[in-house]
Amino acid sequence: MAGPKIYFKREDLNHTGAHKINNTIGQALLAERMGKKKVVAETGAGQHGVATATVCALLNLECIIFMGAEDIRRQKLNVFRMELLGARVESVDQGSATLKDAVNEALRYWVTNVEDTHYIMGSVLGPHPFPKMVRDFQSIIGKETKTQLLEKEHKLPDAVVACVGGGSNAMGMFYPFIEDHDVKLYGVEAAGSGVNTERHAATLTKGSVGILHGSMMYLLQSEAGQIQEAHSISAGLDYPGVGPEHSHLKDIERVQYSSVTDEEALEAFQLLSKTEGIIPALESSHAVAEAVKIAQTMSKEESLVICLSGRGDKDVESVKDALNQ
Amino acid sequence: MRNTITHGREYLETTLNQTLSQGNKIFVPYVMAGDGGLDQLIPNLKFLSEEGATAIELGIPFSDPVADGPTIQEAGKRALEQNVTLKSVIELLKQERYQIDAPIIFMTYINPIFKYGIENFIKDAQEAGVDGLIIPDLPFEQQVLISNHLNEAGIALIQLVSLTSSKKRIKQLAEASQGFTYAITVNGITGARSNFAKDLEAHLSQLQEFSSAPVLAGFGISSPEHVEQMGNMADGVIVGSKIIELLQDNDTDSIKRLIESSKAK
Repeated sequence: MAGPKIYFKREDLNHTGAHKINNTIGQALLAERMGKKKVVAETGAGQHGVATATVCALLNLECIIFMGAEDIRRQKLNVFRMELLGARVESVDQGSATLKDAVNEALRYWVTNVEDTHYIMGSVLGPHPFPKMVRDFQSIIGKETKTQLLEKEHKLPDAVVACVGGGSNAMGMFYPFIEDHDVKLYGVEAAGSGVNTERHAATLTKGSVGILHGSMMYLLQSEAGQIQEAHSISAGLDYPGVGPEHSHLKDIERVQYSSVTDEEALEAFQLLSKTEGIIPALESSHAVAEAVKIAQTMSKEESLVICLSGRGDKDVESVKDALNQ
Repeated sequence: MRNTITHGREYLETTLNQTLSQGNKIFVPYVMAGDGGLDQLIPNLKFLSEEGATAIELGIPFSDPVADGPTIQEAGKRALEQNVTLKSVIELLKQERYQIDAPIIFMTYINPIFKYGIENFIKDAQEAGVDGLIIPDLPFEQQVLISNHLNEAGIALIQLVSLTSSKKRIKQLAEASQGFTYAITVNGITGARSNFAKDLEAHLSQLQEFSSAPVLAGFGISSPEHVEQMGNMADGVIVGSKIIELLQDNDTDSIKRLIESSKAK
């Protein structure tokens, strides 16, 4: 096969199976230093919840995770994991019963218990300094990629691809490359059933600027400024906003953002499983699907890095259901 | 012109000070615009104004009301199901504002205003006779987004002060507040409660010291006893969730009793 050399940044091999742990370790240490006894967090796919519950178990912090009822249904195994790690999982029924509603409830819990509780925001979202702090904890992804690529290829990659929901793995991957203008950066959103339907999570592609959860960013919203529900087969991309820094990178055209449908992500999920023996998270499958397209425009002297943000064990059941439909 | 009132910050401040100079405490009920249908709004506002509410906080429904507890969340949801928007509330008030004497303060999250367009919103709010604004998710540092336009239009921007704020922050907010200073009496979100923090009195008296505008206590206040208790520590109260429940139950007598408990004995 022609095309570039393709590298995977294997965040799926991290403890708990995704990049999320990079951020939760950092924030839990901060919580400990601030003398907070409890941690609250929201979770979509459950990966951030599991990563939070894990560090809380390690540091002996009480842990409460808010999760949309719909996500609890889609990610039963992760709910069990969190409980096994000693966390209390609170089901959220409001709104679309997914990630944004879990953020609302986690914020409400936090303001009520702020004196002894730290909120570990799971993505590059929320009020300052969360987007910056989460980016910095996740930027280890891009730093390692840079070092390792330089070792292997003696040059920077020509293209870097990552999936974007709230956008923490992508922000962590992109950040160390922002000033390297020869490195093309690609962010991939979830197009759900298609960007021309009502059911997608392609905030940067289809949204407009608004303010939610303390950030100004691109948002899926109505004419009246009501936040709309996001839809994706992957629970981790199901958020109607996107990190403010991604919004900025779109505006200055430093990163090219595109979107991939549920169907394309499912194909990529199977492709990577069969060809590489790696079952990727459905979130990361979006990056894989777009990388397949990008690779076709590249030469064999070039190299491309895909951020494999998480592993797909958690998704096997819902993929099975989707393929049987 | 059907009446001669010039609405805005000045009208709000004059009205609040008048109430205080008569020896009464300030009573501000909260109503969710469009709960029970937009048709209900003007009759509800009229009733509250005529029964002696000093000013009225008018909630604009929003899909993600993070500062609100279950009662106001549900009220907002009912209003959204009726397709009530910031625009439809403003249009209604442009026509009917003259019927209500009490100053009206919009309580809205920032996104509906931002999407409306800040300059358009302020122009329309002025025409609709809006006297003040509370925006719970617009932090002090970000208020430049709107504050200059509001100052020009003479609409008050009210600051919320939390129990956990540092002394420096409390001072900063109290000094910046226009109309009144909104003292949040609990850690948390809106909704009825039975108890308040022990150090509340010290907190409120510190606020009084810094704030040139009246200090009103809100969040969790739900009975005539609370109103009287807070009246001893602050210039008055804001009652939200309880008013929404009573309006839903059509319990006008209990609303009258709540308002009455703020008046001089």
